[in-house]
Amino acid sequence: MSRHLSDIKLKIWRQAGPEAAGRFESYLVASISDEASFLELLDVLNEQLISEGREPVVFDHDCREGICGTCSLMIDGQAHGPQRGTGFDRIVESGGYITADTGGAPDANLIPIPKPVAEAAMDAAACIGCGACVAACPNGAANLFTAAKVAHLNLLPQGQAERFKRVEAMVETMDQYFGSCTNHGECEAACPKEISIDVIALMNQDYRKAKFKNRKTLSRR
Amino acid sequence: MTTDVITSAMTDASSAKLAGKSPIAAVPEMWETFKSDMKLVNPNNKRKFKVIVVGTGLAGASAAATLAELGYQVDAFTFHDSPRRAHSIAAQGGINAAKNYKGDGDSVHRLFYDTIKGGDFRARESNVHRLAEVSVDIIDQMVAQGVPFAREYGGLLDNRSFGGAQVSRTFYARGQTGQQLLIGAYQQMARQIGLGTVRLFNRCELVDTVVIDGRCAGIVTRDLVTGHVQSHAAHAVVLCTGGYGNVFFLSTNAMMCNVTAAWRAHQRGAFFANPCYTQIHPTCIPQADDTQSKLTLMSESLRNDGRVWVPAQAGDERSAADIPEGERDYYLERLYPSFGNLAPRDISSRAAKRAVDSGRGVGPLKNGVFLDFSDAVARLGKEVVQERYGNLFEMYERIAGEDPYAVPMRIYPASHYTMGGLWVDYELMTTVPGLYCAGEANFSDHGANRLGASALMQGLSDGYFVLPYTIGNYLAPMLNKPTPGVDHPQFKAAEAEARQRFQGYLDINGTRSPDWFHRELGKIIWNHCGMERTEQGLEQALTELPALYAEFQKDLRVTGDGSSLNQTLEKAGRVDDFFQLGMLMCRDALERRESCGGHFRSEFQDDEGEAKRDDEHFAHVAAWEWTGDPMRATRNVEPLDFTTVHLATRSYK
Repeated sequence: MSRHLSDIKLKIWRQAGPEAAGRFESYLVASISDEASFLELLDVLNEQLISEGREPVVFDHDCREGICGTCSLMIDGQAHGPQRGTGFDRIVESGGYITADTGGAPDANLIPIPKPVAEAAMDAAACIGCGACVAACPNGAANLFTAAKVAHLNLLPQGQAERFKRVEAMVETMDQYFGSCTNHGECEAACPKEISIDVIALMNQDYRKAKFKNRKTLSRR
Repeated sequence: MTTDVITSAMTDASSAKLAGKSPIAAVPEMWETFKSDMKLVNPNNKRKFKVIVVGTGLAGASAAATLAELGYQVDAFTFHDSPRRAHSIAAQGGINAAKNYKGDGDSVHRLFYDTIKGGDFRARESNVHRLAEVSVDIIDQMVAQGVPFAREYGGLLDNRSFGGAQVSRTFYARGQTGQQLLIGAYQQMARQIGLGTVRLFNRCELVDTVVIDGRCAGIVTRDLVTGHVQSHAAHAVVLCTGGYGNVFFLSTNAMMCNVTAAWRAHQRGAFFANPCYTQIHPTCIPQADDTQSKLTLMSESLRNDGRVWVPAQAGDERSAADIPEGERDYYLERLYPSFGNLAPRDISSRAAKRAVDSGRGVGPLKNGVFLDFSDAVARLGKEVVQERYGNLFEMYERIAGEDPYAVPMRIYPASHYTMGGLWVDYELMTTVPGLYCAGEANFSDHGANRLGASALMQGLSDGYFVLPYTIGNYLAPMLNKPTPGVDHPQFKAAEAEARQRFQGYLDINGTRSPDWFHRELGKIIWNHCGMERTEQGLEQALTELPALYAEFQKDLRVTGDGSSLNQTLEKAGRVDDFFQLGMLMCRDALERRESCGGHFRSEFQDDEGEAKRDDEHFAHVAAWEWTGDPMRATRNVEPLDFTTVHLATRSYK
């Protein structure tokens, strides 16, 4: 574990705002320890820039542990976030929940959940909402994100009551904000939590069923 | 300790200002008594009240969701792009609840007792008992919402044990319990946003609270993208803005965690309680070099199966595998046989510090101790260990570059949680009427030391099961009475002050960045107000801090402008508040002439190096009152009465 120092050249896309013209700028960070993370490399660069009276690099980050999903960088073509806008929140607001007002819940052990089901739901629930899937997708589709939430809730017994209402609402909200899925699979490759595109199959299956089930319910009225 | 000192600590007490408002009843009956006696707001009248919730972590999201379900109009604020980013997400290990699903003798009383004792008898009994009571409802609620807690093969919920407890009462979702609970609370709030009952303001930071005619009338915020400063009026304001552990610069807190909201409220009259109670978590990955920006926590749950040790001899250069069993010191098992590796956090942290200070530290910088899983792997098999801790082992390997299945982990204590915070009464109201504080941001439930898996419990307890009841008690008499709007001159004055503050940072035009000052500030606090404190060290800190702060005010450099996204400017405001808080922390630590929980004063220890509490003079909460300068804040005292638990020396031996 000897500390190795290297000089690192960075080419960073700089843009003053969403409407402003952008350009690549080159920077050199000298003698950086290999113990430093990439974000710490940017910290060092920013210290350097501020001391020279230049504008530091703006980047989103928070937990630096890979759990909060705030990161916003695309590094050497590999997405670490950030394409989500507020679309992800809108998708969850449209149905990514179980309606259970505070206070009325039955005892937690009343509904046994088989371990494999709980584990599969947890695999899907591990999504951190970073948006790397959207950034990596040639179509800018958010199917992996949406399907992970659908799978988490639709697999669980507690999620059955709203299963079909949920999937229909979430897919249709997703379509308002993001592109269409054409099964490239780039999302799965980019996902830091290794969420499988199997969840997309589950979502599509439930969506198809929902279109019939929900219509039938309406015609019965 | 001189008599003068005791007198000064006691005479500045003006406990009349600190009415804890615990109901008049036996401790176990207090919450029921409160609920029976509290004032109610009719369901149809709730929509006439607006409540502001600042922060969308466990406490904030659960409070916003529940208040909206009840019918209140809620405005929720987060400085992140989405409410789901709040730092509650990083909690790993679990959440306690007195369910007694394991049939191992747990009960509400035992959880209450463990929490009071774990907090070293420096928390209010009434609040802690309520916390233990509602802990069981939290698990029910979260399961109903779809939180995928770990299960046994029969489908029932699994539990594990955590530091400071001798029962298995911790519910968990792999090593991502905080994430799953936060997403659960976030989803519940998202539902209300979709229904239009919660209005969400994202990338929006609180810069001031506004108090008009003795009541909190609203807040002033700054939009982080446009720099726009704006007022928001409400009938009540709830701060759920987290802890101040980042005052140390290096901590396990996320980079943006800060004290600003609590501090600005403090400057408007909310007392700040026990700032010196900070928790140094024993199991973090040691600092690797000087560019380190934050430290990474390894969940305390690892101590269920990992064994902590250092070489018995100082200066032992051999690798872990080459050190024979007889030449290892499993110091926690040796010193605390009945709790062993699950001794509470403060005790484990100090023991690690002493091991390293004695020259027996491990790793390239000799700044860690081993956490060894070889026995667990031999006993349980790699598969079981992987199932329990897989994601934590991966995280460790990614950061430290070593495989913990093959080589023991290296760990060292780091700042992690702050028990101190805004003083609140039984109803979670601060000393400013109408201003509430919940979650880590308040001081209420953990005394001088928090037990593992209790932070998630407290955040959700406050947000789901306490505030929704207590806030009605305040709002009911305000029905149909006019409240000041955002055009009130005091809102306008606060806005002007906020704009001036930011322009002020930009105008200094010195040479050092906010981060540079923050790092230097952190070093002072870590050295003198960290794991071990002394009178001399604290006095030194109280000389160094004002000097460095004066330099900050003269030599700060913030590039860019105030009317666009400017992260350096945001940071400047946060570091400013950390400076002032740091001074108050050191003053609080200096005045508390005893050792208790996370506050260890070297002068007050027994022959074996264990903390020596002074119940005669310090069985109280110290709540500081703003006077315009943290160096001259006034110390108020709320005495703590123990009627249900008897004051005893904490022993984990």
